[in-house]
Amino acid sequence: MTEAKLDLGKLSVSASPHIRCDESIAKIMWMVNLALAPAALFSIYRFGWSSLTIMVLCIVAAVVTEYAIQKWQGKPVTINDGSAFLTGLLLAMNIPSTLPWYMPVFGSIVAIAIAKHTMGGLGFNIFNPALVGRAVLLASWPVAMTKWPTMTSQIDGMTSATPLGILKLQGYEKLVEVFGDKMTMYKSLFLGSRSGSMGETAAILLILGGVFLIYRGYIKWQVPVVMIGTVGVLTAVFGQDPIMHMMSGGLILGAFFMATDMVTIPITVKGQVVFAAGAGALTVLIRLLGGYPEGVCYAILLMNAVTPLIDLGFKPRKFGARR
Amino acid sequence: MARSFRGGVHPDDQKRFTAAKAIEAAPLPEKVVIPTRQHIGAPCTPLVKVGDLVKKGQIIAQADAFVASPVHASISGKVAAIGEYPHPVFGSCPAVVIESDGLDEWAEGLPLNRDWNALESDEIKEIIRQAGIVGMGGATFPTHVKLAPPKEKTIDVFILNGAECEPYLTADHRVMLEWADRVIKGMLITMKLLSVKEGYIGIEENKPDAISVMRQASQGTGITVTPLQTKYPQGAEKTLIKVVANREVPSGGLPMDVGVVVQNVGTMVAVADAVEKGIPLIERVTTVTGGAVAEPKNLLLRVGTTFVKAIELAGGFKEEPAKLIMGGPMMGMAQCSIEVPVIKGTSGILALSASEINAGEERPCIRCGRCVEACPMGLVPSMLSILGERGLFAAAKEKYDLLDCVECGSCVYTCPAKRNIVHYVKLSKAQNAAMAAKK
Repeated sequence: MTEAKLDLGKLSVSASPHIRCDESIAKIMWMVNLALAPAALFSIYRFGWSSLTIMVLCIVAAVVTEYAIQKWQGKPVTINDGSAFLTGLLLAMNIPSTLPWYMPVFGSIVAIAIAKHTMGGLGFNIFNPALVGRAVLLASWPVAMTKWPTMTSQIDGMTSATPLGILKLQGYEKLVEVFGDKMTMYKSLFLGSRSGSMGETAAILLILGGVFLIYRGYIKWQVPVVMIGTVGVLTAVFGQDPIMHMMSGGLILGAFFMATDMVTIPITVKGQVVFAAGAGALTVLIRLLGGYPEGVCYAILLMNAVTPLIDLGFKPRKFGARR
Repeated sequence: MARSFRGGVHPDDQKRFTAAKAIEAAPLPEKVVIPTRQHIGAPCTPLVKVGDLVKKGQIIAQADAFVASPVHASISGKVAAIGEYPHPVFGSCPAVVIESDGLDEWAEGLPLNRDWNALESDEIKEIIRQAGIVGMGGATFPTHVKLAPPKEKTIDVFILNGAECEPYLTADHRVMLEWADRVIKGMLITMKLLSVKEGYIGIEENKPDAISVMRQASQGTGITVTPLQTKYPQGAEKTLIKVVANREVPSGGLPMDVGVVVQNVGTMVAVADAVEKGIPLIERVTTVTGGAVAEPKNLLLRVGTTFVKAIELAGGFKEEPAKLIMGGPMMGMAQCSIEVPVIKGTSGILALSASEINAGEERPCIRCGRCVEACPMGLVPSMLSILGERGLFAAAKEKYDLLDCVECGSCVYTCPAKRNIVHYVKLSKAQNAAMAAKK
């Protein structure tokens, strides 16, 4: 018989179950960061080193802010879990690469300090922190936030407007004209040869990352499909070019990476479908009738606000519920 | 195609350590500690006093209440002590300590030989009651009570729970393989007393040998063997009934509300032995396993054998255990003493090493929804944990169906934030019960 080594004092005594799966918050958050990596790297290739600088500024500011707040409040420091890193990276993806250094830093501080920690930290925030950061930047520096970098490739002419900006101010014909023809426009939107925020341009890379997250089970396919689908259907109904709308602006980035932010969206798949449809509809409303050319950011933030209501209305079906 | 249910999780079943190991009868213990309460219901009063000589199979503690189950001596010998001893479920409990005389002698007239076909339903029920039979899957609800549904409930389906969905445990698996005839006999006796014609045996697909053995053994009896998808908690009563009989036990209801009685594999062996041979429930098969155990085994143990003895029989510890559990890893109970005895509901003794429990630090809920997907009862476990954590016990009951939770632990298993949801559920249930008692 092997010698029994048992230290009763070290025995863990707790409620069942006594085994856990391998998932953790850190694993999920780093996986989402990884899923964003292709689009992030592409933005460096597209927009140059300034893009990398902005990314580093956003991430460092977010992580340092989280560290400082947790230290100050005497809470456990959780900067290694990848969530502050993700907020910084997502904010960077949502802003132009031409901003002066203090703007992204400010945006990250707002995102982490106000949107996340005044609510109680991870898990308690109502609004997506990165989108709050972006919204505050857009309200604070509207000019800088809507000035886009010159592209270095085939569509050199577009220096100061995104496709949706051209659409809003000059119309659809002008937009097609800028790209040459419709097919070139679709191809450019799909492959990322267009101006825009750092991380939103390459539809294909964002979809790639999103599919990875769906495969891993971290996000539900219904969310991006319903949100992008709603935009497609509604723009078609209102006589717009649905393919162009579905691939423009921050829709793909938002639908795969922000409308799927588990903390701020409904908890059931049914609720998430409602959320995604609402976000898609609000996006179209803002794009077609609002003052801004793009509406994904505000659409998601508005839907974040009604998430608790959706949760109340869309609970799962209870086993044995009397019909 | 194996059938399934909504929700559930797929933990590694960890049955490879013991699935192929035949049941091994443990040597006669020198001493047993037999708690007077090994069931859900009223406690028993000891019938013996210190110094008495007792025989194997003799009743040593009994209660008058209907929802109670008598306790028998599991060895012959002398009553050495009666007092409070550690108990694997209740913390501590009055127990009768018997020192073996080494003879292992049966009480007078045991074992006998009886033709169960000649017995009336009420006689069988009384035999089962006197034999101290309780649900041996772990719930330990007195079997004679479960087999006596009120007159207005018509029972038309009997299901034998051979799912054994708890990881690590292989006791039921081995019993089905090795004692198939006794299992079927117990089932036929029980179906006769309930006047039920439709009988099923639900077995998870990870036990193909048990499926074929039980099919063989049940030939000509009209009993159907139903393979089930290997998914936890397939063997939970409500999900089992849903999958096997396609009936949904109503919220707040019992299996008998949909005309079903479910019984555990070991319980059926106990019924067969009691009815045919008059042998009371004094021993059971227990899987002694876990990463910290040197030689995991399926042991036939006398009730009252201490855990430390059982683990010694399985080679002792090969590494320091981080957690000692009675039952399976999903719903079993963590122990703080190794001196606790094996009781009628001890399906397993697990000594898990630190790497197996994968505890991690509890963090705030990130609303990922994995628990909602895993919950077989269609609840929102994340909210139950948050409300329980904040002391909002009434809201958990009234708005989030606290009482529908079966505490299967699927939510906790799958939670990336390592939240102790079942802990908060148990706490909330206890607090609600206390509030109700005050009124």
